[in-house]
This record gives sequence, C-alpha cells and structure tokens, in this order.
Amino acid sequence: MRAVTWQGRHKISVETVPDPEIVNPRDAILHITSTAICGSDLHLYDGYIPGMRAGDIVGHEFMGEVVEVGSGSTLKKGQRVVVPFTISCGACFFCEKQQFSACDNSNPSETRDASELLMGHAMGGAFGYAHLTGGYAGGQAEYVRVPYSDVGPVIIPDDLPDDDVLFLSDILPTGWHAAVNADIEPGDTVAVWGCGPVGLFTIQSALLLGAGRVIAIDHFPARLRLAKQLGAQILDYKQVDVREALNEMTGGIGPDACIDCVGMESHGFTPDNILDQVKAQFYSVTERPHALRQAILACRKGGRVSIPGVYGGFADKFPLGQLMEKGLTVKSGQTPVQKYTGQLLKMIQDGKFDTTSLVSHHAPLEDAAEMYRHWHGEQNEYTKIILKPGLEKGAIEAKKEIAHV
Amino acid sequence: MRNLFSPSAGRGTPDPLAVAAVGASLALAGIGYAFWRRTRNAETDRDDIATDAPHWTLDKPSARALFGKSVLVNRPRTDLFAAWKVERFPEFMENVVSVEPLGGGTARWTIKGPMGREVHLVNSITESIENETISWQSEPESEIANSGEVRFADAPAGRGTYVTLILAYDPPAGKLGRLGAKLLQREPEVQARRDLHRFKQLMETGEVTSNASPSARKSESPVEPHI
Repeated sequence: MRAVTWQGRHKISVETVPDPEIVNPRDAILHITSTAICGSDLHLYDGYIPGMRAGDIVGHEFMGEVVEVGSGSTLKKGQRVVVPFTISCGACFFCEKQQFSACDNSNPSETRDASELLMGHAMGGAFGYAHLTGGYAGGQAEYVRVPYSDVGPVIIPDDLPDDDVLFLSDILPTGWHAAVNADIEPGDTVAVWGCGPVGLFTIQSALLLGAGRVIAIDHFPARLRLAKQLGAQILDYKQVDVREALNEMTGGIGPDACIDCVGMESHGFTPDNILDQVKAQFYSVTERPHALRQAILACRKGGRVSIPGVYGGFADKFPLGQLMEKGLTVKSGQTPVQKYTGQLLKMIQDGKFDTTSLVSHHAPLEDAAEMYRHWHGEQNEYTKIILKPGLEKGAIEAKKEIAHV
Repeated sequence: MRNLFSPSAGRGTPDPLAVAAVGASLALAGIGYAFWRRTRNAETDRDDIATDAPHWTLDKPSARALFGKSVLVNRPRTDLFAAWKVERFPEFMENVVSVEPLGGGTARWTIKGPMGREVHLVNSITESIENETISWQSEPESEIANSGEVRFADAPAGRGTYVTLILAYDPPAGKLGRLGAKLLQREPEVQARRDLHRFKQLMETGEVTSNASPSARKSESPVEPHI
C-alpha cells in the first residue's frame, strides 16, 4: 500500500510499504477514506517529539471502511468508522475510569520502558506518534491496523459525509475536553490562545458549555476570521499587548479561564520566545511555551488554566510562583477521546458544531509531502488539510472549490 | 533506537565533541553520586530506621542481583493465581522456550539468552500458598543460581490485584555480563519486567499487546512487534 512516512526533520515522503495484517483477535483493518494532518504532526515534522524513527507511518486523524476483522472484534466488514487517535484497551484501571488516554495496556512491553524513563510512567498508545506512545503505524495511508477495535471506533451513519465526522478522531474531542477542563461557569470570560483547528473547536465548545464570552488570540488573519465567525472576540497579538487587552476587557481581573491551544512551538517575537528558540536549537530545552507563560500571567486569581496544547519534556522559565500565588487550577492531558465520541456525534447530528468551515484543502495522499510543507509554512492559507487516498496526484481542491462549503 | 531517549531525535547529528563532553561530565557526576550514596548508605546501616518500603526497593548491598516489580491487574486475585501456571507461561513469557516438569515441584526451564544462546535453569517450588504466593529456589545444576517469589495481594477498594514478581540471581559473567545482557535486552530483569506486563495485558485484555504494523523500514515485518 502507499503510506505517508516520516524520514527525518522536515522530511516526509510517500512510500510503498507492506499492507497491515490482523495480529490480535480484537484487531480490525480499515481502508482509509479520509485522513487529516494535525497540528501536532507539525511537532513531528519539526523534530520536536523524541522517539521517532525514519520510516514511521504517521497520521492519527483518520476514518474509513472496515475491510477485515479479528475474531474478537465487534465491527463488521463494510461499516464506516472514525477511529480515536488514542489506543485504549477498555479494561484496565484507567480505561474503567474513562481516562482512556492513560490506558495501561496499549503501549507494548517493548516500547514502554523508554516512555516510563522519560515520563515517570508509560504513556498510553497512539497511532502514528513516536515510539514513546507505542510505535503504531498511523492512518495517513491506504490501510491501517486498529487494535482493540471493539472499544474505540465510532460507527458512522451513511448519511453523514466524511468531513462532518472525521474530526471526532481528535481535534473535536480535544477542543471539547479543553473546554470541559476549564470548568466553565455561566457567564465566564474564557481566553483561548491559538486559533488552529483545536482552538476553533475549543471556542465552539466553551460557548456551548456556557461561557459568556470567548476571547481568541492568534496572529494569522484567516484563522482570526474563522474564530470571529464562530462567535469569539478576537485579539491579534501583533497589534496589542495581550495581557493589557485582556485586563481592560475584564475590568482588570483577567479571564476566568485560560486555554492554551498552542503547545510547544509558540510563535511570536518576544524575548522569552527568542531565548527558547535558541535553546531549542542547542537541544537544551524541548519546549517553547510562550503562550502558556502568558496564559498563566493573564488568568484571574483563582482561575483555571486548561492545556490541550502538546508538550514533550522540560520547559524553562516556567512561572511556577505566579501559578501558586494566584491559586490557579491547571488541567491538562491527551484527550480521552472514547469518553466523548458518542455525545459529540449526536451533537454533530443536531447541528451544534461547525465542523467544515475550517477545512481549507482536500488533497491526494500522494501529495502529502507538499501538503506538510504548506501546513508548516503557510498557516494563514492552510487552516486544515484532509488527505484522500485514491485521488490522483495533483488533484488538490482549495476551499472555494469544495462543494459543501 | 539510538536516539530514543534524546529530545533531539531526528534533528540532525549532534557534534561528537559535544556528545563526548556531555558523556564525560555524566560519568564524573555518576562517580560522585556513587561515593555520596555509599557514604549515606553506611550511615543508614548504623541507624536502623524502620521503613515500610518493600525490601527490594532498598539500596542494600547484596551479593545477588535483586529485582522486584509490581503491577496492578484489574482482575480478582483468584483468577490471576489460577492463570499463573506452567502451561500458560509461553503465552506471556516471551523468552521462555520451554518448561519441562521433573516431578515434585521441580522443573527444567529453557530460556533465550544473549546472542541466540539458550540458558537452562532447574528450579524447585519451595512454597505455594493458594491465591497468595509462589516461591522458588534453584537447584545446584541450574546454570544460573536464582530464587524468587510471585505475590498476589488485593488492591484497595476493589481495584483488582497487585501482582509482584521478586527475583534474585547471580548474574552470569558478573556485573559486566549483566550490563552486556541488558544492552542486548536479554537480561533477566528486563525479561521479567516485560513478561509481567504481558501477563497483565493478557489478563485484562485477553491478548498480548502488539504494535506490529507496517513501516518503510525494510528490516521489519508488519506482523512482528518492533521497538
């Protein structure tokens, strides 16, 4: 089959690789129909995530048709399913508590040692995301093997097109989880850093969960425009001092909840970020957490900080005293996707979410390398890319040509 | 694999001089730490403070390599004790080639060692308490002198069972041999820890977790697990 592979920093190539096979009874094999490139794939692209090996198949946002099942799978051939990016057994202590992303079985014995060394405990498994999370092949491919297929995959009714439901795999539940973690009270002002796909779903989720107002922060005009369309007030950090603006918009107290949808590679020409850039080049830090630092300083006393943004290791100049003195509550973590998919599918069917405005491009799987370059370098024009196996190379559709938008 | 622990994985090759300098400082720091530990341990030995720490976690000098590992398994203690039997060992003990019962609780074990060699152990069960513990001790003809115990204890609040594996053994070829075997992933401690996790996976999920899946690396098969 053809598959998108990571070959090194800023090196993505589409290769012919062996097809996946059923290995365990609970496995299923999918034929992929849609697979998106995630913001966190950029951390792999930039080489910020440890534990990648040349030749790894990437991609953790995907859906497709079931073509083969093991004896323990509850799926049937021909069903259309969306697959959560978190691989979860459904039976361990963590899965029973619905902390699916902390699954204690999905990271195999062979790969969990390194994960345990770095994190203190082995992380749960995930598709296409480094060997610290299990070393599973991802879904930017024609086919994928899905372990524990009786637990994760969400069966999709035939009348729902791929674009409406694909994001149940990661960014919709991640935005929802980010807002849930912000413990929003009615009327709250919620500030969201980053208007990428996760930020855009966080904005929608925060409003649905009762926020009185959402203030979104970014610097790309197209992304800010999308945030505004979805109901947020917007701040371009290149035009204002973000903390001053947030204070002045909240009578000096600051937002009740601050959500960091940026993660480890903050943009911005600020002294702390420049220092982080230099240090990252010399491998002395793994993070550039400018947005998170700002969120902690901006948050009101006794407020909540929610961190869906991905971080990989050790951060520098972390405002710990500020966190403590202001009495902030911090919640974070990879999303327990399986906890939310049923509820969110229903909400999509009820028309509660706009899942398609953010999609800027549909492209053939064969054009993945070029698409990663655009996704990395032209974030104003490329707000979300969906790859389609089977499309002929070069058949790229930009947003205005996509029929349903 | 070489870059697995490094935050710089995949970001070009680091300067070898810098790597050497880092290595030298780490080695120095390690020696300093070892001396400090030795002094501290000597002090602790004199003043015998009671501790609730499991004995295998204490930094006591010991003639044998001592290893202990606990896992929480979300199943009742009786189920797990019943499953911990010779016939099922090949399902989760990856390095065990065969276990041949010799009668009277004694068995001859064939285990995969480093560099494709096989190691033979002859172990006898010294004590078995239903649903609680199984202890063993090697016989003189065993190629590696070893003793050990597996314990099953209720986890609090109906959360399943703590399964603990404790293993003491004379490392073949001493400490250096142990280091070498560790590098080759054929060291008893590494094997036992992984097998214990496979037991947990099998008991909780009904299968041994595998990341077997395709990659663009020619050396790998889509049906074999990889690191």
